[in-house]
Amino acid sequence: MEKTEYKLLKGNEVIAIAAIRCGCDGYFGYPITPQSEVMETLMELKPWETTGMVVLQAESEVASINMLYGGAATGKKVFTSSSSPGISLMAEGLTYLAGAELPCLVVNVVRGGPGLGTIQPAQSDYFQATKGGGHGDYRLIVLAPASVQEMNDFVDLGFELAFKYRNPVMILSDGMIGQMMEKVRLSPEKPRLTNAEIEERYGSWTVVGKPSTRERHIATSLELDSAKQEKFNQKLVAKYAEVTKNETRYEKIMCEDAEYLIVAYGSSARISQKTVELAREKGIKLGLLRPITLYPYPTEAIREILPQLKSVLAVEMSTGQMVEDVRLAVNGKIPVEHYGRAGGMIPSPEEVLDAVENLIWRK
Amino acid sequence: MIKPENAVYSRTKVLTDNIMHYCPGCSHGTVHKLIAEVIDEMGIQDKTIGVSPVGCGVFAYNYLDIDWLEAAHGRAPALATAAKRLNPDRYVFTYQGDGDLASIGTAEIMHACNRGENIVVIFINNAIYGMTGGQMAPTTLVGQVTATTPYGRNVELNGYPLKITELIAQLPGTCYVTRQTVYNPLTVRKAKRAIRKAFENSMLKKGTSFVEVVGTCSSGWKLTPVEANQWMVDNMFPEYPLGDMKDI
Repeated sequence: MEKTEYKLLKGNEVIAIAAIRCGCDGYFGYPITPQSEVMETLMELKPWETTGMVVLQAESEVASINMLYGGAATGKKVFTSSSSPGISLMAEGLTYLAGAELPCLVVNVVRGGPGLGTIQPAQSDYFQATKGGGHGDYRLIVLAPASVQEMNDFVDLGFELAFKYRNPVMILSDGMIGQMMEKVRLSPEKPRLTNAEIEERYGSWTVVGKPSTRERHIATSLELDSAKQEKFNQKLVAKYAEVTKNETRYEKIMCEDAEYLIVAYGSSARISQKTVELAREKGIKLGLLRPITLYPYPTEAIREILPQLKSVLAVEMSTGQMVEDVRLAVNGKIPVEHYGRAGGMIPSPEEVLDAVENLIWRK
Repeated sequence: MIKPENAVYSRTKVLTDNIMHYCPGCSHGTVHKLIAEVIDEMGIQDKTIGVSPVGCGVFAYNYLDIDWLEAAHGRAPALATAAKRLNPDRYVFTYQGDGDLASIGTAEIMHACNRGENIVVIFINNAIYGMTGGQMAPTTLVGQVTATTPYGRNVELNGYPLKITELIAQLPGTCYVTRQTVYNPLTVRKAKRAIRKAFENSMLKKGTSFVEVVGTCSSGWKLTPVEANQWMVDNMFPEYPLGDMKDI
């Protein structure tokens, strides 16, 4: 039995380590604050000398995401990391990857925007991550880690989901989780797969050279026949429905007797967890629902506990993005308010508690 | 009497039976055939990965019976970079036009060549955007009439024809940079030799091999195929002289 390894690591560092350990084949990226430690750690660890993993600093985020397309099409586990402005540049590549049904992992260590914005943490890329970002009807599977441990765990999970559904997966983190250090239980090491193993496990679709025994494989998102394109769009809809059915993940904290509910993900969830403790000390029956997948969104989980609730507060480090999905879930049945900080400001548990008490008082 | 032993020419099996969408007189079909023949003769059909561009060449994957990636506009060298690095025993080539390679994809091609990626780049330069209906390309000649230069390319408004192949020849990452054409049997044979050399280079870890093919676009140029060939000889070759720029 292999000994479990624990380490004190930064969120960004653990992304690199987890990737090497889970048998990742390639990283292609471009430096941007606050996530540059991902590539720096990879370059320091030189995985090409151990597992054979390729690590390349690309000339831009545009090139990085297209390198992912090139690598993913050959059936390899490839990933990139960036932060908000860089992800905007990758939007083109992401829609092509989704359109060609290729698996890959993209880590967004979000900073405040719009534009160059700030290098401080924010959650203002929720719309971009969950509603599109690029053109066309497509979705990313979006995982929202709330700890350095989850930064580690979601790398392997992200690759698994990406290959299972042949769809890009995004880890939507932020500058706080990327930069903070915590104790992490490292994942067991998995070997990189051979071409034959990839085909056996994930099917015969990879672009690796056409033997005479099969038709050629083409990784493309182009279809000029509208009827065929619509059929493909419907195929994607069915795939996303399957993802929603199987992969919706969330965590409920102190929800059993809750009369008031905070919905928050990532860093905001971490802060709101403390708010729940503070509220309970004051006798306020507050619970927390933390979406772990932002797409698919835990709409049903919110609806299930709705009957016991008086009102809901969406807490996020933005001026109000995820709150729209909370409102869709609640569908007007009870009041939904938003509490957010923006521009790199991080709310304290006490100010979130103030927002909760305002909500109660207003009721 | 036609007997197999007398055959001096046959159609390569690397070309599919699909009818090409290219216009009469277009150079794409000839270059496709040359690449297919090189793959066939080298026996590397099962080891070749093609990357098709955006532009008329987008459907190259319908015509060559190999595995393909279809890239976003200009990004083919980035796709090829990863495909080759992750599969070093495969022959990886991009097939790109002048709009794709020399306009929207300048960053990707310059950096792939500068890193010395062990890939083959086939660059079709016909000085116009064919697929979108004959607009100005970066390689459009001064004075050339296109859909977006209806009074001729004016350097004050549009700048100068971009000699990107000359730029690429300066990059230490490239090992073979050449400019060919395919308008008569002699040049077709020469172009094929260049393409073969480029494919062979890609396994020698010498860096990037870059083959420009100056071609015709009779529809875009609004000339008959015969007139287009002559226009190319009279106007394109002086601006884009043929021959090897680098061969290491």
